[in-house]
Amino acid sequence: MSIDSALFHSALLALTPILLAALGGAICERAGVFNIGLEGMMLIGCFSGVAGSWFTGSAWLGVVFAALASAAYSMILAVGTISLRGDAVVLGVALNLLAVGLTGFLLRTVFGVQGTFSDPELAGLGGIDIPFAGAVFSGHSALVYLSWAAVAVAAVFLARHPWGLRLRGVGEAPDAAATLGVSPAKYQYAAVLTSGVLCGLAGAQLALGNVTLFSENMTAGRGWIAVVAVMLGRALPLGVLLAGLLFGIAEAVGFRLQGLGMPQQATDAAPYVVTLAALFLSTARRRRRKQPLVGAPS
Amino acid sequence: MGATIRSLGSRSLRSPALHSVVAAVIVGALFLVGTGADPVGAYGSVVSGALGPDGIGSTLTTGTSVIGLALALAIPMRAGLLNLGGDGQLVLGGIAAAATGLYSPLPAPLTVVACLLAGMAAGAAYAALAAVCQNRFGVPLLVSSLLLGYPAMSFASYLARFPLKEDGSSLPQTRRLPDGVELPAFGSSTVTVGLLLVAAAVAVFVFADARTATGYEIRMTGLNPRFAAYAGVDRPRLTLRLMALSGAVAGLVGAIGVLSFPYRFIDGSLTAAGHTWTGLTAALLAAAAPLGTALAALFFAALEVGGLAMERTTEVPRELTQVLQAVVIVFLAARLNLTWRRARKKPTAEIEVKEVSVR
Repeated sequence: MSIDSALFHSALLALTPILLAALGGAICERAGVFNIGLEGMMLIGCFSGVAGSWFTGSAWLGVVFAALASAAYSMILAVGTISLRGDAVVLGVALNLLAVGLTGFLLRTVFGVQGTFSDPELAGLGGIDIPFAGAVFSGHSALVYLSWAAVAVAAVFLARHPWGLRLRGVGEAPDAAATLGVSPAKYQYAAVLTSGVLCGLAGAQLALGNVTLFSENMTAGRGWIAVVAVMLGRALPLGVLLAGLLFGIAEAVGFRLQGLGMPQQATDAAPYVVTLAALFLSTARRRRRKQPLVGAPS
Repeated sequence: MGATIRSLGSRSLRSPALHSVVAAVIVGALFLVGTGADPVGAYGSVVSGALGPDGIGSTLTTGTSVIGLALALAIPMRAGLLNLGGDGQLVLGGIAAAATGLYSPLPAPLTVVACLLAGMAAGAAYAALAAVCQNRFGVPLLVSSLLLGYPAMSFASYLARFPLKEDGSSLPQTRRLPDGVELPAFGSSTVTVGLLLVAAAVAVFVFADARTATGYEIRMTGLNPRFAAYAGVDRPRLTLRLMALSGAVAGLVGAIGVLSFPYRFIDGSLTAAGHTWTGLTAALLAAAAPLGTALAALFFAALEVGGLAMERTTEVPRELTQVLQAVVIVFLAARLNLTWRRARKKPTAEIEVKEVSVR
């Protein structure tokens, strides 16, 4: 197997949906909401992106539609956990299940097909050629570049901006934040909504950028990988980027090995195994430093 | 006696689970109206399709898997642990049973027993691995069980497509099990002895939960892990044992699936129906109470089979039943019910026991 630019190009492609979703998860985590429903929100984003693109004829309106639909969907989690004090894990699992059922149902009623909807006339996100960027960094959809910008914005926002500081405060000590006149609920709602928008973009990139179609359950565990990336990256935007990159490279290398005659089943499993291994290593190291893992049982 | 029945009746009327189911049925009706279908007719076809003479056998067959998997997931959930790797354990159980069935030198009836045991052992070992990941490496069970599920499915898929593949077939399936290596069915139906095995497992769980010290330890850990730790419950050990048990039941369901029609392991067929998630939903609905979980699972199995009938007669997609299941859990988790409104008025009720806490 040769290590060339095409390999990294496809790694970046695999990274993008996970990165966007994980960034949303990280912001939620920082605000003190454990968001395990990333997979479901992303799937809603895939479907509404394709539906929006199909009915308006514009991939970009599809992206907007995906972000809005996914944000609306994320409100279930926000209302359920923040206002009604429901269990975030149970709600997240339910959101993931609901998304599979809902998108399957809508696929049948709206498009009248089962399994996969694809049409040559469905508008997808085209690649943008960036001069002097080389084959690896050029030719992606705008959402890919947007995801890198989002990492930078999130990193600066969380570390420097007053709102970011308050958001972290809400996550770490909601009572203290409330005493200082910061409404925890408001920040948590904003965090969950942001994660909804980001998951919507992740879904749009998956369904309109990486491919141009919608198929049932097409997220296939990427939302869960994003949840793991949040843990692995300790809910830091840059950490999440590195964790997502690890997965993206594993997927791209797996895909390449498949072309060289490795059975597809072995390479399918590779990203999950790599993620698990990375999780082991990082927890082992963190344990020595006595740092708790995000989302770990206390 | 009358008073007990009356109090039981009023208790179930106030139960959040019942409210959630009613709310989900209403949401489903709105969906049906939204797509231009007649809700009464659609729901009617669900009921007649699931419980009518043509459907009941199918409901019990589906029920065997769904109840089994619901039980598998309820066992650790009773102690507040969430096993999300049910699909992987199920599939490994199935492929282990298939391999045993194909290569066992024993006479057919003994081979059947060996298949069931192999399935349980494979599922148990794999689920225990997830527990080890939490105990030794500190990776949360939720994540370790889930992530381990994917390689397991890939591995089983590989075995079914290459070493165990049926020669000359274009389908990704193993060879058919030898004659006689199968679970006997009742009459001409598709319901097999597997249903009895699952029922027996439920009975054991009901008994162990209510009457044994271990059952008490498990419930105590689920209700209040810190108190349980003070009381001397060894949590890592409990996690390991519960996960092994959970995986064993999931593996058993896989083995039952392979030992029933069409008597082979077909790649993807065990997980295609999504019974693991249905089982998880059932266990969540019943807060992992043993009998309640089985009943909820049977309810969902009926809903699923009825959904197929609905699709045939009214052209409403069967995915509606999946939406209903998830909506039930959304309502339940968000506690959109009378208990919740009361709890809001009285802040002290905040301390009420959480049914499932996984973190």
